[in-house]
Amino acid sequence: MSKIIEGLYYSESHEYVKVEGDFGYVGITDYAQHALGNVVYVDMPEVDDEVTAEEEFGAVESVKAASDLISPVSGTVVEVNEALEDEPGLINKDAFENWIMKVQLSDKSELDNLMDAAAYKDFIKE
Amino acid sequence: MNNVFYGKLIFELSREGRRGYSLPKNELASYSMTDMPNALLREQDPGLPEVDELTVVRHYTNMSNNNFGVDTGYYPLGSCTMKYNPKINEEIAVHRAFTGLHPLQDIDTVQGALEVYYKLQQSLATLAGMKEFTLNPYAGAHGELTGLMVMRSYHASRGDDKRTKVIVPDSAHGTNPASAAVCGLDVVVVKSRPDGTVDVDDLRPLLDDTIAGMMMTNPNTLGIFEHSIAEIAKLVHDCGGLMYYDGANLNPMLGKVRPGDIGFDIMHINLHKTFSTPHGGGGPGSGPVGVREGLEQFLPSPRVIRIDGDDDCYEYNIDFGKDSLGSISGFLGNFGVMMRAYTYILTLGRDQVKNVGPLATLNANYIKESLKDVYELPIEGVCKHEFVFDGLKDKSTGVTTLDVAKRLLDYGYHAPTIYFPLLFHEALMIEPTENESKETLDGFIDVMRKIAQEAKDDPEMVKSAPHTTPVRRLDDTKAALHPIVTYRELAAEQ
Repeated sequence: MSKIIEGLYYSESHEYVKVEGDFGYVGITDYAQHALGNVVYVDMPEVDDEVTAEEEFGAVESVKAASDLISPVSGTVVEVNEALEDEPGLINKDAFENWIMKVQLSDKSELDNLMDAAAYKDFIKE
Repeated sequence: MNNVFYGKLIFELSREGRRGYSLPKNELASYSMTDMPNALLREQDPGLPEVDELTVVRHYTNMSNNNFGVDTGYYPLGSCTMKYNPKINEEIAVHRAFTGLHPLQDIDTVQGALEVYYKLQQSLATLAGMKEFTLNPYAGAHGELTGLMVMRSYHASRGDDKRTKVIVPDSAHGTNPASAAVCGLDVVVVKSRPDGTVDVDDLRPLLDDTIAGMMMTNPNTLGIFEHSIAEIAKLVHDCGGLMYYDGANLNPMLGKVRPGDIGFDIMHINLHKTFSTPHGGGGPGSGPVGVREGLEQFLPSPRVIRIDGDDDCYEYNIDFGKDSLGSISGFLGNFGVMMRAYTYILTLGRDQVKNVGPLATLNANYIKESLKDVYELPIEGVCKHEFVFDGLKDKSTGVTTLDVAKRLLDYGYHAPTIYFPLLFHEALMIEPTENESKETLDGFIDVMRKIAQEAKDDPEMVKSAPHTTPVRRLDDTKAALHPIVTYRELAAEQ
């Protein structure tokens, strides 16, 4: 059973956003890490990069597949999780703790297009 | 059973000063090394293994026993068409009349080879419903790139420089978007319907004057025939784009359906799949590219052409067309592979070639129907040459597709393709090909059913498979994170 955390926003491509003020921490969900299997590489954006909602911002590579990361929000990258460079498997240990990028949100209304925990739970059941 | 001692690396078997040869006395004058520029002289010993002949023979014979190929056992690797490579192909390809040729030889002295080359071009064009073929590309992905370069040349020749996007279905082979990207084109993904075919309603809004073309396989990656292909081709053509056919799944269509007849403009064929040439171990492969009438002038050069010669004979020559997109390979591609493919076509002949597709389709459906009560079949209905299970039906045991694949090795079968396509989490993709007898298929079905039962009775045993192979389950995470690829690195590690 995949872990889902209340209070986060979820996308259909299995990324989450954890909002703190004007910032959002973006990562992949526990469901996604489970489906991918052991993650061996995370291709992350760089600080100051602009990301756009519903567009690619990087990729995760696992022993099974390489998948694009689709940003759930638009804004400027202010920090990336450098620990993932040396230890990409952290995502498998705790996908919600080990976010991928921190974004200064340029349009918080985009969050309305995302799912809440209950809706995401239904979504992955399908 | 392999010998442990001779199974070591050849460098580990090396003993200083040991020789397995004795050269005759050099009766020719020695060349002086003093004329050679210093930069070209090696300073270090080459470090070659020093072994006697019997050690060499035992080492490599033991190593070859670890190999698994179509000649050893059943190889139902989905999407790869691992068909038998008839031995007559080898016999013809290694004939001295061909192996002794040099690509820079005078054209008058290689007319026979060029005739074979030309006739293979024509045979492929006939089988695929295309106007012309080039045999120059070295592999399927190389063919895709070449085909997309033809597409780009076509638009450029019309001054139509807005067309920078290629549409690719979400179930496509990874090479499709990769080839488009290498060709400098942007990839637009079109979604699949629940039955795995292209969603025409999702396609429509993507079509405008920025679309260079669309890449498809048919049947698609799930082994399902794209029944809307006529409508899709019309939509893409109406917006000014071209249709590209990825020939990876041509086998079930062979002799029955021609890509050129169902709306495709450009295509490649994997000779190492559909036309029984060697596959794997790095090939060499071959990815001929065909085009419909009106695009042939863009094909890469050089091209082999036929001209009317003296005395009612044909002559063959090499042509460098002025509109050609240029050279994409050394000389004329992998000639030895073409010899094998042409031999295969002539061996089957016009009538027998029509049986290839139907038999491959029959075999795939036979396995699918025989296993769908114990393996999860996400898409019901008749498949073509291959199909995809979504793991075991009973997921409660925790036994995954990877475990099933590893357990198959214990029974002497090559594993099917796993975790592709990405549409299902536990994808297990089986392609039997047309070559296999009913007994072979039944044997495979029995073992697959047995593994499904083992998953219930003794899941830990299946999860720790394989148990009988020369190496047990490999740590693929560590292999990806800390690959050791040379003997020197291995020695340092130990």
